[in-house]
Amino acid sequence: MAKTKTKRLSSPQELEALRELIVKGRDPNQSCIVICGGTGCLALGAQEVINAFKQEIEKGSLKNKLALRVTGCPGFCERGPLVVIKPKNILYQQVKSEDISEIVSATVKGNIVDRLLYTDPDTGQKITYEHEVPFYKKQKRLLLGDNSNIDPTIIEDYLALGGYATLSKVLFKMSPDKVIDEVKKAGLRGRGGGGFPTGVKWESCRQAQGDTRYVICNCDEGDPGAFMDRSLMEGNPHSVLEGMLIGAYAIGSHQGYIYVRNEYPLAVRNAGIAIKQAGELGLLGKNILGSGFDFSVKISRGGGAFVCGESTALMASLEGKVGEPRAKYVHTVEKGLWEQPTNLNNVETWANVPLIIKNGADWYAKVGTEGSKGTKIFSLVGKINNTGLVEVPMGITLREIIYDVGGGIPDNKKFKAVQTGGPSGGCIPESSLDLPVDFDQLTDVGSMMGSGGMIVMDENSCMVDIAKYFINFLEGESCGKCVPCREGLKRMSQILTDITEGRGKEGDIELLERLSATLADSSLCALGSTAPNPVLTTIRYFRDEYEAHIKDKRCPAGVCRELVTYLIDEENCPGCGLCVKACPVEAITDMGKKKPVVLDQEKCIKCGACYDVCKLGAIIRK
Amino acid sequence: MVTLKIDGREVQAEEGKTILEVARENNIYIPSLCYHEEVTPYGACRLCLVEVTGNGRERLVVSCLYEVADGLKVKTNSERIAANRQMIMELLLARCPNNQAIQELARQLGVEKTSFKLDDNQCMLCALCVRVCQEVVGVSAISLVNRGVDRALATPFYEPSDVCIGCGSCAYVCPVDAIRFEDIGDTRYIYWPNNKMEFKLKKCKTCGNYWAPEKELEYIRKQANLPADAFDNCPDCRE
Amino acid sequence: MPTKSKPAKPKVKAILDSYQGDPSMLVSILQDVQAEYNYLPKETLTQVSQDLDIPLTRVYSVATFFKAFSLKPRGRHIINVCLGTACHVRGAVRIRDEIERELDIKPGETTEDFKFTLETVNCVGACALGPIVIIDSKYSGQMKPDKVKTLLESYD
Repeated sequence: MAKTKTKRLSSPQELEALRELIVKGRDPNQSCIVICGGTGCLALGAQEVINAFKQEIEKGSLKNKLALRVTGCPGFCERGPLVVIKPKNILYQQVKSEDISEIVSATVKGNIVDRLLYTDPDTGQKITYEHEVPFYKKQKRLLLGDNSNIDPTIIEDYLALGGYATLSKVLFKMSPDKVIDEVKKAGLRGRGGGGFPTGVKWESCRQAQGDTRYVICNCDEGDPGAFMDRSLMEGNPHSVLEGMLIGAYAIGSHQGYIYVRNEYPLAVRNAGIAIKQAGELGLLGKNILGSGFDFSVKISRGGGAFVCGESTALMASLEGKVGEPRAKYVHTVEKGLWEQPTNLNNVETWANVPLIIKNGADWYAKVGTEGSKGTKIFSLVGKINNTGLVEVPMGITLREIIYDVGGGIPDNKKFKAVQTGGPSGGCIPESSLDLPVDFDQLTDVGSMMGSGGMIVMDENSCMVDIAKYFINFLEGESCGKCVPCREGLKRMSQILTDITEGRGKEGDIELLERLSATLADSSLCALGSTAPNPVLTTIRYFRDEYEAHIKDKRCPAGVCRELVTYLIDEENCPGCGLCVKACPVEAITDMGKKKPVVLDQEKCIKCGACYDVCKLGAIIRK
Repeated sequence: MVTLKIDGREVQAEEGKTILEVARENNIYIPSLCYHEEVTPYGACRLCLVEVTGNGRERLVVSCLYEVADGLKVKTNSERIAANRQMIMELLLARCPNNQAIQELARQLGVEKTSFKLDDNQCMLCALCVRVCQEVVGVSAISLVNRGVDRALATPFYEPSDVCIGCGSCAYVCPVDAIRFEDIGDTRYIYWPNNKMEFKLKKCKTCGNYWAPEKELEYIRKQANLPADAFDNCPDCRE
Repeated sequence: MPTKSKPAKPKVKAILDSYQGDPSMLVSILQDVQAEYNYLPKETLTQVSQDLDIPLTRVYSVATFFKAFSLKPRGRHIINVCLGTACHVRGAVRIRDEIERELDIKPGETTEDFKFTLETVNCVGACALGPIVIIDSKYSGQMKPDKVKTLLESYD
């Protein structure tokens, strides 16, 4: 790793000279072991793998032959911990510390460890290179691609790839108006949910009257099942900072904030390191690169409130107040933080900015659809084979994402729905799978882009239960300020709970629809006004499931505990005793070999543990 | 000055005023629970919803926060508005089924009963008391605590407040009488939905009546820089 | 309640100093205070209010608004059950129920011996591992109801 003495850079020439120096100190042909140190892989034990690599390299005195880089998330979380050998891009998956010496010795000799390669489930063939793995093939990784080329704690890695050169170009060769024009021409729309045109927002903020202007990077990402922003902030924080710097220059702001969830400790840490390192090099602070432009960034940690994804609530929280939203009749670009013009974009939006300016609006606008340009990162999770982060061009179909990239549904189960847009989004059924994904198309089917969560559900998911899940979530996250949201969500939750527990009654669906209309019309902020979406879309596409719960007191998917009974199929039960061990409440009794087990309905808590372990279909769920 | 139309009627209004303010000046009724002219509008009850048409777009806004503009067209009632107000009243009725003010407003808006399970609250969390205490009295003794459905009006830690002066402004301003106070003998009792406090009343040197909380008088005296004996007598016994 | 020694005020003072006594940093300040004491003792909130010169109502409202804060002492081990959507469709509720049953506490509560506090979180973004239980900062993925007991027993 090229260690450079920190010295404030005071001109574009000095920045370029530093980049050349870093690149010269690195051998592009040297093998580099890249390990994902993102939250997902760390949770799977990546730290031990990293330690083992360090020891192994140390032990064999291989420092000159092998470099080691701990990076952010490359996306394929399902197969973590992930190791990629650069420059050849050999992908090893599910790597354990005991595999390390083999990997190291093979790499030194130029060999490959076959058994750690990914096997294509369709062909049974081993796949050697990362880009040939089906999960990556249809992706277009403009933003995430660099994650595996960068150790986010080392600014030199970012600089080596030409980092901050775009900022330098902006500061010395472009007027603020030109920057805004370019972003407008690129057609970039906000990735945080609403899809508002970014350039237009910047322009309004630049033109608004005020003494001070602020820019904010929203990394609150409260959507359950979404971690795009976290991965960018963890994996490539300087790209976000560079985007903020460019935006701040265009808007005329000298103070920025990064609002990041405290539940993302690694993102908090890496953002902090990035700010410090950029400051030391004079890429943040006063007189950046000698241009006369000043900009600094503070980190503010969120306190765990989904509503703070709402810009006005986020700003209240930044001011040290309760995270309550306010009406936005006067937009935040005019009166936001401390009543001053404020421009807020989310992490992914900011990360797009350097790309647009570097490569030009025309280049950028080639990717995507008429109304939605560029790529979008989704977190593809739930009942899906390849859980992970995927970056795809706008306009790709849901089917391609779920089946080609995601590898389809596990255990040959049937696809039922995909939920997009987070808690305020909707559930999209099989019949709409060929929908090209962009901001407008998703809205047309009753869902929305949101920040990019994509949760796949199979035949074992109960859609009433899913609606209840989201409404309960939102009920817990409503700030409680306005009546329709606070009281309305409480009542929706009560009705849905009644339905899932067998107390549903005629008219409940209509009452839910009536409540939905009021929430959508009269709530104070977007949390309340979009909250009915999961209910409305599940009613629209899966009304029969609601009716089965209400009229027949039956949960077709077998999820709603109060409507489900577990029975032993005596014909099929060989008395193997697996279920006896799995039962947490000793409700199943072993009657001896070859005799069917006996289930005590009084004791049964309907947890389904027996059903899950029985491979013979001898546990019946009714 | 701007000119706008409310329910087809042309009215003149000062720039910067809200639709609700202008409507009231012109004796046009818009229902509301959380609005009071003395404090910052809050936009929480959502009853003052109106339909506005401006820039060719029609949309629902709350009139206590939406500022008037030249050429704006406002409808203070329509089927859609009525449906929203009625649902809001159903929700409030379920929250506070025994509150007379809410029952009355519900009836007025055409709601006789609610479709939901009944709770038993008096307070509907409009925060008027909180805003008056903070903005008018300048004390901030009570606030809304917790989040969402658990939200409640309380003093910090639900304990007697060190800063409350017992003035009772919260009770005066409460639109649904969820806060009460009474003076019995030498003591004032303030009852909030979740806790209560007692205050010693000051005795008039002349007539001997207990007339106001000592803490409140002390607070006013300090604020106004009055001499120590300024409140020795009650208003009736001052010349 | 265990007998907690009265918090040494210099700790709060040091935290406030590190934010230059800036009231807009209230949320971060309370996070640091909680990291120090494991919860937000009453005295610390009063002190934060006095030293930042903001009403106690504001400090108390903020402390009770955000999910990250606890005004009650918490256990030696904090269990977080992820209830994100991905974990939910993979059966996270059953895991939570099993922990509730095993420890006889509900989310937000602490066992009588102050060994465990049960909390839920809306997504930790490790969805490939769902359902996930995080105890202190250790992740246990692909949880099943029958694994709960063994997992809990591995803590003392």
